[in-house]
Amino acid sequence: MTDTVIHVKNLSKRYLIGASQDRQDTLRDVLVQAVKTPFQKKKQNDNRVLWALRDISFDVERGSVIGIVGRNGAGKSTLLKVLSRVTDPTSGFGEIRGRVGSLLEVGTGFHPELTGRENIFLNGAILGMKRAEIATKFDEIVEFSEVSKFIDTPVKRYSSGMYLRLAFAVAAHLEPEILVVDEVLAVGDAEFQRKCLGKMSDVADQGRTVLFVSHNMSAILRLTQETLVLEKGKVVKRAPTAEAVDYYLSSGFAESGERRWDQDEIPVNAAPFRPIALRIKNETNQIVNTVRSVEETTIEFEYVLDQPITGLRVGLYLMSTRGEFIFTSFDTDDPKDYEKHTVREAGHYFSRCTIPADFLNEGRFVLGVNASTYRIKRYFQDERAITFTVDPSGAPGMQWPEPRLGPIRPRLKWDIKLD
Amino acid sequence: MTVNQNNTTITYLRPAKGLAALNLRDLWDYRELIYFLTWRDIKVRYKQTILGFAWVILQPLIHTLVFTFLFGNLLNVDSNGVPYPIFAFVAILPWNYFASSLSRSSTTLVGSANLISKVFFPRMVIPMSGVISGLVDFAVSLVVLVVMMFIYNITPTLNTLYLPLFLLLAMLTALGFGLWLSALNVRFRDINHLVPFLVEIWKYITPVIYGSTLIPEKYRFLMGFNPMTGVVEGFRWALLGNNMTDVSAPGPIFAISVVITLVVLISGVIFFRNTERTFADII
Repeated sequence: MTDTVIHVKNLSKRYLIGASQDRQDTLRDVLVQAVKTPFQKKKQNDNRVLWALRDISFDVERGSVIGIVGRNGAGKSTLLKVLSRVTDPTSGFGEIRGRVGSLLEVGTGFHPELTGRENIFLNGAILGMKRAEIATKFDEIVEFSEVSKFIDTPVKRYSSGMYLRLAFAVAAHLEPEILVVDEVLAVGDAEFQRKCLGKMSDVADQGRTVLFVSHNMSAILRLTQETLVLEKGKVVKRAPTAEAVDYYLSSGFAESGERRWDQDEIPVNAAPFRPIALRIKNETNQIVNTVRSVEETTIEFEYVLDQPITGLRVGLYLMSTRGEFIFTSFDTDDPKDYEKHTVREAGHYFSRCTIPADFLNEGRFVLGVNASTYRIKRYFQDERAITFTVDPSGAPGMQWPEPRLGPIRPRLKWDIKLD
Repeated sequence: MTVNQNNTTITYLRPAKGLAALNLRDLWDYRELIYFLTWRDIKVRYKQTILGFAWVILQPLIHTLVFTFLFGNLLNVDSNGVPYPIFAFVAILPWNYFASSLSRSSTTLVGSANLISKVFFPRMVIPMSGVISGLVDFAVSLVVLVVMMFIYNITPTLNTLYLPLFLLLAMLTALGFGLWLSALNVRFRDINHLVPFLVEIWKYITPVIYGSTLIPEKYRFLMGFNPMTGVVEGFRWALLGNNMTDVSAPGPIFAISVVITLVVLISGVIFFRNTERTFADII
């Protein structure tokens, strides 16, 4: 028999948004509405509905450590809230075996006027611990938090680091069968983070189940074996962590072969440089998201200069989806070009470069852009402007259907000689 | 919904549909949280004040002083043969307890928004602890009452034993209205403005500064619809009974008060239970 501790089926959660003007926030609005249209049922306007979770189904076995990643607004926090019963699902069903302890935000329920000692008991009770349980773990909690000297001082006098350590210490000593952790590592110094991660892997070693939400991919990679990728309220991928993280990092960006910058995405201090679009084009000049490794690929960066800039260089970064740089290149790398474009006049520009055929290995890559003057000013930079996929058909060595290590796959000249 | 099976707690996540089961057992499971929240409330209430706990004694005393001057001396309100200060004080005690408990329990839920949107627990523990924490203040001012009775040479009778009953009625009334108002407050912040106003009006329709004998006998039963009439007159009967010229044992008025309180309390629990599932989303 498999030992499933979390079973979730078709779980959905709907929020009504666009709130402030439309939602009936005051009693008066409700009364006015009732008088005006007494028999009308409240209309469900689809524009105001946000599905934070859509048809989520998954199972979690006892003792597994599952990572949950996704962009802001993908539904991670909502999922944890539903699992920890803070809010009810709109539809669907879930079954959870065992006590759920949540670390949704450390320090929830701390009262600034109370001392550290008092807050340990209060916070423990809020998280669902019994008084006797807290009392037996009290010393351990204090020791873990490293604030024993100030344990009888009101926590409003604590430094933010002390406050955090104490709060985490209480939550970490909660012993639920299922521990739900949301972004606790976003705060605190490196030493504290190391300690927290250590505590979390202890929890997992004791055979308890951990659900871990974080934007910190290295923490996810270190702590979890399996990861769920959420996107727009759906589980788009569930895979061994390395694979899921890879997928997430590359899927988070634009999907088409073109990236356009909206006015509000351009920082004010980029002026007079104004990026317009970055495009990936194949040999037939089509804008594509997948290029063939055996073809040349053209990268086109379109931008406007509202005023002339002296010494401007516009360039590209190429990275793997894990964030390792593969190369950096600027349009004035050639000294002759640099002389020719010492002053770049105001106007509408295209900077194009060609990535040669037989150069990149199969997989996904991230392109970034940079517009700067050497050692003077960086006008604009977006390290993750767009991603694209390289299709390897026809590439060297394709007779062996195995993945090749490394980001590049050049067609090198080999010579085999019998001595 | 939570079920205990072979020592493992199984929790079912389901959409909120229909009437929620009252399931008051989880309040029992979280009794320690009620205790800690109450304790926090008391601990924090007079922190960083100069007079600290003295406020508990000063408030009803100053009230009594002002009322004695205004209503006892200037307006000559009939106090049924008892010195006006003690006549008023005996009523101010339960009234102040009720008023502070009601305003605390109706507003603390929204004040705990951070907690509610982060952690699961039966939301009802918050208004409950708001009502319980007022008991400490009440107990302290009760000491003042004993001193005052001694000064005015009033000997308590056996009726005093009924006092906890009237106090319980005040508690349940505060809780019943507190549940309604706090749940409504999550959705409509109007309640924050309504409560102080409501408490003020309520004070005048309750015989705190006057006795219910001021009202013609024919209509006196109408006052019973305000459960606090039962409480306040009950306190007077229990503590001052023998010394008053015109006082009757709790009769129909009290019965009406009890019924009203129970109706408000039970409907409040049902209303609260059915709306608490959406608190985290709208608070």
